[in-house]
Amino acid sequence: MLRFVVRRLLLTIPLLVGISFISFLVIHLAPGGPISVGTDMNPKATAETRARLEAYYGLDQPFYVQYGRWLGRMATLDFGDSFSPDGRPVAEKIRERIPITLTINVLSMGLIFLVAIPIGIYSAVRQGSLFDRVSTVFVFTGFSIPTFWLALLLMILFGVKLEWLPISGIGSLEYHSLGTMGKIADRARHLLLPVLLTGFTGLAGMSRYMRSNMLEVIRQDYVATARAKGLPERTVVFRHEMRNALLPVITILGLSVPDLLGGSVIFETIFAIPGMGQLFYQGVMSRDYPLIMGILTIGAFLTLLGNLLADVGYALADPRIRP
Amino acid sequence: MLLLLAACSGGKQESEGKGTSVPDIPAYGDAIVEGSIGGVSGFLTAVTSDASSHAAAGYVFSGLVRYDKNLKLEGELAESWEVSPDGKRITFHLRKGVKWHDGAPFTSDDVMFTYRRMIDPRTPTAYGEDFKQVQRAAAPDPHTFVVEYARPFAPALASWGMHVLPKHLLEKYPDISKSPLNKKPVGTGPYRFVEWKTGEKVVFDASPDYFEGKPYIARVITRVIPDQSTMFLELKSGGVDTMDLTPPQYTRQTDTPDFRKAFTKYKYLASAYTYLGFRLSHPFFKDRRVRQAIAHAADKKALIDGVLLGLGQEATGPYKPGTWAHNPNVRKYPHDPSRAKALLAEAGWKEKDGVLVKDRQPFEFTVLTNAGNEARAKTAAILQQNLAEVGIRMQIRTVEWAAFINQFIDKRNFDAVILGWSLTPDPDQYDIWHSSKTGPKELNFVDFANPEVDKLLEEGRSTFDIEKRKKAYFRIQEILAGEQPYVFLYVPDALPVVQKRFHGIHPAPAGISYNFPKWYVPKALQKHRIQP
Repeated sequence: MLRFVVRRLLLTIPLLVGISFISFLVIHLAPGGPISVGTDMNPKATAETRARLEAYYGLDQPFYVQYGRWLGRMATLDFGDSFSPDGRPVAEKIRERIPITLTINVLSMGLIFLVAIPIGIYSAVRQGSLFDRVSTVFVFTGFSIPTFWLALLLMILFGVKLEWLPISGIGSLEYHSLGTMGKIADRARHLLLPVLLTGFTGLAGMSRYMRSNMLEVIRQDYVATARAKGLPERTVVFRHEMRNALLPVITILGLSVPDLLGGSVIFETIFAIPGMGQLFYQGVMSRDYPLIMGILTIGAFLTLLGNLLADVGYALADPRIRP
Repeated sequence: MLLLLAACSGGKQESEGKGTSVPDIPAYGDAIVEGSIGGVSGFLTAVTSDASSHAAAGYVFSGLVRYDKNLKLEGELAESWEVSPDGKRITFHLRKGVKWHDGAPFTSDDVMFTYRRMIDPRTPTAYGEDFKQVQRAAAPDPHTFVVEYARPFAPALASWGMHVLPKHLLEKYPDISKSPLNKKPVGTGPYRFVEWKTGEKVVFDASPDYFEGKPYIARVITRVIPDQSTMFLELKSGGVDTMDLTPPQYTRQTDTPDFRKAFTKYKYLASAYTYLGFRLSHPFFKDRRVRQAIAHAADKKALIDGVLLGLGQEATGPYKPGTWAHNPNVRKYPHDPSRAKALLAEAGWKEKDGVLVKDRQPFEFTVLTNAGNEARAKTAAILQQNLAEVGIRMQIRTVEWAAFINQFIDKRNFDAVILGWSLTPDPDQYDIWHSSKTGPKELNFVDFANPEVDKLLEEGRSTFDIEKRKKAYFRIQEILAGEQPYVFLYVPDALPVVQKRFHGIHPAPAGISYNFPKWYVPKALQKHRIQP
């Protein structure tokens, strides 16, 4: 097992280098560059200004030199400084945004699992029942409704009409003067709508997945055997059916790891949440190469790590898969 | 008084009257929360280029000069200035007793330092060009600063509106963009920096030592809310006090008694215009008559009604109506399809199956505009219909901004474009219209060349005499109106809205925020308890 993990970990290094090279290439091929933002259509920016700025950011060097420098820095885990005017280290900018994105995604993923798994199980056990049909409509509504529209409706209802919840942001103006409990409550009030909405939209996939897994397991011979032995229904469902149906869910959990830090541009824009999605979007729009590369590299690493975790988890859960 | 000012200035305030029995006496205290679409990227305007950062820095820093409510230059850190008779030397007399927010005195050394950093190759600035024109700069005493130019250069005066930087805090940083001041600014402006949470908010507190007196509003909070609809909901629920409305929000969504009770809407011409620009080397658009025909075909009233919901004015040239450089008496192009058809026929275009044809080529071209700008997309759609009426087929293509500039504008790979220009109060438009500015990345990308305009542009920027400048710019507008290198379409209205508890707002040609430190909330109406 250990050898398997170590081998897989070592394999990620060339993969990461490959991904980063392709990303670097694609970013540089995209029209416009970091200095375009301040100089395009700016009467004050002459050709000389542009040349000076290019030299300042090292953009006058050939592509392979730029990539080589970036790779060299990455070897020491230095993400470099952002090209945006604040010039702050990329690592610092990412670190600043991670907590809020992680909180929202962990909470909404927790919500999804907490709600979707029981819905999936119950729908499968009572296939074709009223509950099954109602929950199908419910989860698919969540899946198909445009999220920004639903978000606006909820903001109008809970924010403007009822005045129960804040509309956007992650803290009220008085946040600093609140006590610890007050701060927690304030944050919770701000996160309620975004978490509920991200959870709601993710519900459909997971509950359907759980349902179909359960249906597959229900038809297995060992379930029939368990019933024939006269085991109570609860034991059959929870010990024999659910445990087996949950196995593939582990894979999904593993693959969700990069999503935890990814952030959503749409949600973060609507709810004015300063998270990773916004940071990445701004980075792309301003062609902030070091920032884009930093986030892409972390994303790639987490994806590979998630895959590995899923494989290991699978192997642990099912002895037949062990290498 | 308020109404009178609004009437004089052309600015309009939509209000039901104050309607309160509260004594209207200026008082210190309260906070204002502004909504901003974009976040701040730094506070040193030399190295930032986005509007949000410049607006935020404006609370903290001051320049030697600034524009007053009538868009005329007045002294800010400079008490007065003199231009030498030959127009080559400007002597600024600086205000005495001004202090940086950390208590250090402001002197001409700070101005000298700012100038040197602006021309320093280690400063990643896109605004150094005006300062490179300076031949000699001197600070003969702590309250005098002198600059000399090789030749008189009128826009130079406005360039000294550049934020002055504190030498004592910055001199140890060769690259000012990497200095802590870019994140925690220390200036001489009306507000002191308190807090910056990236992507979330910036907070400033009134500076008790501000040289024009402590501002009444104790705290300014600028919240980043990237979505217009969300910001509007925040406004309605009290989460923000002021924002810029869109035309639909202004006309349709705020026309309720509740809204009118809580907010004052303002409306005045924005310093910007939208145009349809032709690549003048294109075989179709070489002929002036064709361009004039398109100007007649374009229904500007329909554009203003359809795109801006009536909130704007027809543009007749590259200056904002009501400003001193604007010439109101240039040739106009009323919507007249038959006149357009006649002009096109004169130019040799004949109608065949509803489309104009010349030398067996149909009159068909593509207009490009940048993606994500709804107003420009709508403008394109209306123009498409207008042109179809006279037999011209226009295709519309929208392209992402960076690609638009790099792949199309820079490579002259376009037939026509729909774009807009923001206008500075100084009328010098040398970079847009001079024939020497047609190189790659330069702004005369339609390749307009007219020797008389070249000469007038040079004249206009080389004198400080406003009457001489006015004459030059009036004539330029006449020529542009005749030549129609652009079809000037419309000047949109700026539509800010402010919570009613804020008093002291007097709309003027410069907008509403020029006297922000004088805004106040009467004691009884104060919402936030912030002790002055």
